[in-house]
Amino acid sequence: MIRALWIAVSALFALGLWQLVVSLTGVPHFILPSPFKVAETLVNSRELIAGHAVITIAEVLAGLVIGSLLGVASALYLMISPTARRLLMPIMVFSQAVPVFALAPVLTLWLGYGIWSKIVMTILLIYFPVASTFLDGLMRTDPGYLDIARTMRAKPRQVLMRIRVPAALPSFGSGLKLAAVYAPIGAVIGEWVGASNGLGYLMLLANGRAKIDLMFASLFVLAAFTVALHYLVSLFAMWLTNRANGRRSSAG
Amino acid sequence: MISLSGSFRFEGRWLFKDIELHLKPEGWTCLLGPSGVGKTTLLRLFAGLETHGEFQGEVELVDAHVAYMAQSDLLMPWLDVTGNVTLGERLRGKTPDLPRAQDLIARVGLADHAHKYPSELSGGMRQRAALARTLMEDCHLVCLDEPFSALDARTRAEMQELAFELLEARTVLLVTHDPAEAARLGDRIAILDERGMRLFPAARSKPLRAIDEKETLDLQVRLLASLREAVS
Repeated sequence: MIRALWIAVSALFALGLWQLVVSLTGVPHFILPSPFKVAETLVNSRELIAGHAVITIAEVLAGLVIGSLLGVASALYLMISPTARRLLMPIMVFSQAVPVFALAPVLTLWLGYGIWSKIVMTILLIYFPVASTFLDGLMRTDPGYLDIARTMRAKPRQVLMRIRVPAALPSFGSGLKLAAVYAPIGAVIGEWVGASNGLGYLMLLANGRAKIDLMFASLFVLAAFTVALHYLVSLFAMWLTNRANGRRSSAG
Repeated sequence: MISLSGSFRFEGRWLFKDIELHLKPEGWTCLLGPSGVGKTTLLRLFAGLETHGEFQGEVELVDAHVAYMAQSDLLMPWLDVTGNVTLGERLRGKTPDLPRAQDLIARVGLADHAHKYPSELSGGMRQRAALARTLMEDCHLVCLDEPFSALDARTRAEMQELAFELLEARTVLLVTHDPAEAARLGDRIAILDERGMRLFPAARSKPLRAIDEKETLDLQVRLLASLREAVS
C-alpha cells in the first residue's frame, strides 16, 4: 500500500515538473505539449490509439511467446549437446555485437510491411537473453544434486528434466523479465522502419505532422503496456522461483 | 569383499599413497581424520563419483549401485518429502513404489510431513528425509559423508541411533572428523591423516555404543590422542 502511494506521488511529481517546464518556458504546444493537453488527446483519440495499440500488443506478445519458446528449446539443445555448444555459442555471442535494429530494414525487405517483420524483430531482441540465462541456469546445477543423481544411476534425460530444468527455473524467470522489457522495443523499431499501423507507426506519423500531443499520448500507452507486461512477467518469474525453492506462498 | 587400495594424486600432489581399506561386511566402518587428507575423496571413489584427480588402484564392490548421503541433505527443494524419497526410481525412468516410500517415511518419523517441502522442515527433519531416500535406494553399500556433522548435539545423537537401526545388515562407510561419532558407531575404525591410513585397534563391544559408557569414552579419548599424534 505504502509502495503504491509512493509510486503515485512520484508520478505526480514528474507530471508537475513537466507542467512547470511548459509554464515557465512558454514553449509552444507543437514542440512540447502540457500534460493536460496530452491527457485530452489521449481521451479524444482513444479509438485511434487503441486500434494501433492492439496491433503492437499482438506483435509484442507473439514475439515474446515465440522468442521464449525458441530460447528455451535452444538452451535445452545446447545443454545436451556439448558439440553444438562449442559450435554455436561463439556465433550466438558474436550475434549480440550486431546492433539488431540495423537489421530492421532488411527484415522489412524480406518479410514485408505486415506484422511478421515486427514479430521477427522482437524475437531477435529477446531470443538471446532467454536462451543464455536459461542455459546458464541449466549448466550451474548444484554439483551435489548431480552426485545424488549419479549414485542413483539416473538416465541423462531424467537428470535434465527432473533436476537441471527445475533448478534452472529462477534463471529462466530472469531471462523472461529481460525479454518483457526488450519485446516492445523490438516491435516499435519494426514499425518505425516500415508499417501501416501499430503505435510505432502512429508516433512517427504524429511526429511528422507536428501532432506532438498525439505522439506523447501514444508513447504513454506504449509505456503503460510495457510496465503492465513487466509486472505480469515478474509475477510469473516469482512463481517459478517459489516453485523451484518449494515455497507455497504466492506473490511476496 | 568391499575394499579400496591405491593412491590418489590431485594437481600433481599425492593426497594419499598406497593405502588399503577393507570395509567391515554388514557393519559400520568409520573413516576418521582431519580435513583435507582425502577422506571424502576416498568415499567418492567407493560411491563412483567424480573426484577431479587421478586415482591409481582398485575399488572392489559387490554391486555398483551405491547409496550416498552427504553433510548437506541435498534434497531437491522443488520436491516434497515423498517426491525426494522416490526420486531415485523416477530418475531411472521407473514408476516409484509409493507404499514402500510411505513406510520408510514413517520409519524415519516423518509420516506427518510427507507432503512438506524441504524449506518447511528443520535441519534434523531434512536429514531424516535424506536418510529415507538413502534407504529407498536399497543398496548393499551405503556411503555417508559426515551426514550428521551439521546437526546440533541432541539431533546428531538421535540421527546416529536412527541411522544405525535402519541401516542394519548393510555395509556402511561413514566418513567423519568426530572421534565421538566413530567411537559410538564403528565396528571398524580407520584413521586417515598426513601419515597415511591405519586401522585402529577394535573395541571389544559392538556398536551402537552408549554415549556415556566408559568404553566409548575411553575409545573416544584414544582416537583423539591418535589424531593429535600426527601433528606433533
